[in-house]
Amino acid sequence: MPEGLKNMREVRCIICPIGCMVRIELENGEVRKISGNQCIRGREYAVEECLDPKRIVCSSILVSGGEWPLVSVRTSKPVSKEKLFLVMEEVRNAKVKAPVTTGDVLIRNVATTSVDIIATKDVPSR
Amino acid sequence: MADIVVIGAGPAGLAAAIAASEKGRKVTVLDRNQWLGGILPQCIHDGFGVLEKGVSLTGPEYAGQYIKKARERGVDIRSSTMVLELEAGKGKNRVRAIGPGGIMELRPRAIILATGCRERTRWAAMIPGTRPSGIYTAGVAQAMINLYNRAVGRKVVILGSGNVGLIMARRMTLEGAEVKGVVEIMPYATGLPRNVVQCLEDYNIPLHLSHTITNIKGRSRLTGITMAKVDKDMKPIQRTEMDVECDTLLLSLGLVPENELAKALGVEMDPLTGGPRVDQDMETSIDGVYACGNCLHVHDTVDMLTEEAALAGRSASSITIHRPEGARLIPGRNVSYVVPQWVHGPGKVIVSLRAKRPMESGAVLSIAGERKRLACAVPSTMIREEIEVTNDMLEGDMEADLIA
Repeated sequence: MPEGLKNMREVRCIICPIGCMVRIELENGEVRKISGNQCIRGREYAVEECLDPKRIVCSSILVSGGEWPLVSVRTSKPVSKEKLFLVMEEVRNAKVKAPVTTGDVLIRNVATTSVDIIATKDVPSR
Repeated sequence: MADIVVIGAGPAGLAAAIAASEKGRKVTVLDRNQWLGGILPQCIHDGFGVLEKGVSLTGPEYAGQYIKKARERGVDIRSSTMVLELEAGKGKNRVRAIGPGGIMELRPRAIILATGCRERTRWAAMIPGTRPSGIYTAGVAQAMINLYNRAVGRKVVILGSGNVGLIMARRMTLEGAEVKGVVEIMPYATGLPRNVVQCLEDYNIPLHLSHTITNIKGRSRLTGITMAKVDKDMKPIQRTEMDVECDTLLLSLGLVPENELAKALGVEMDPLTGGPRVDQDMETSIDGVYACGNCLHVHDTVDMLTEEAALAGRSASSITIHRPEGARLIPGRNVSYVVPQWVHGPGKVIVSLRAKRPMESGAVLSIAGERKRLACAVPSTMIREEIEVTNDMLEGDMEADLIA
């Protein structure tokens, strides 16, 4: 196998529904060349996916006294893939009181990621 | 009295209503659900709005922005209101509906159908076996978990690799269930590539391509399924059967446009899309009746859907005149369907179509000789391109082809 191909990685970009296949050449843990992406965000994603993959975590939190039993939530920023289940555990154990408004911070610094859990839906009081 | 009545307050209906109100029309939106936003409130994952706004929103956030905008514009939105009957054409439009205030009758200048779609069920796939509990369509399971806080099951198999199924594979895993695999009859995933990556590969959930379910077992509750490999003709191959123990089966078999009102009204339907036939203004075969969103054809992304719906809203706002039939736009080589189905005059036309078979290394879209180069053409991703239609092109039927 030629030297250059050893550090070739292909990453399917998940930023938007197009799903470009981005090819990345790595040398000594550093990015040398990127191709296949149709936009700048694909480039950023592919680099991060190689070095430190992150995801937005979406779930829901129990609400008492609301029009709905749950409020949908997400992390305010992407979190490290390794921490997904730690984040989920905190989310599963949380409980909030209605009313909740979109954008409300429901958990600060979730699983010590320095990212917050925010509401993505309005749940008025019953 | 409303100038325009929109049926359905999902993303399509709201986008059409906003666009029409921006043209100065008085708009009433009717929806039989108690809530607004259609399916979006239960789609709590992110990825909405990336193409349109450049940010990745969750379903409830995306819907929230449209609801807010519609309210700010003074659109009259009525939930818990079900349309019972429509009459349209020859300048006499009538919408009869029932809601919290009783029966109402509206006589708008134009009607926009934005009635969405439904999920295919077990009976569409004709899966043999018993009839235990524990079998859900993926969207119903999604509503139970994300809206109503109801547990669905512990050991899950998913049939069909459509987007809702992939999203639910991740959701069930995050909620602590064991997803044993996704079974797909086609040799490729039918959902978006990004969902295969972030919903299956991230969690090491197996994707069994060219496989199907040949038996369902269990008396009161599902106890397991049998899956088998399929041949080129999608027939199960003997002696490839494998039993999988599970208490839950989610079906993600695709979506079917819902057009009971449109059919009762008598608009011409396209058997390929399952939706009404429309021209480039999204007007159906009946003057003054428009269609948009997933009742017209099933979309992959809400971004493209709301863009198309806004066009329906703008068109419905202009003075309706009877348009000539013009030229038909028909699917040709490797194209499963095309929208619009006909073009009534020259100008810019946005064409939506879907490939039959994957062409991953690029394709050329050719419409009546007008050519566009595409990065790829795969069935899971709708193709949406603007073409300039000239009078010459309108001479006969226009064929849309995807050529390697």
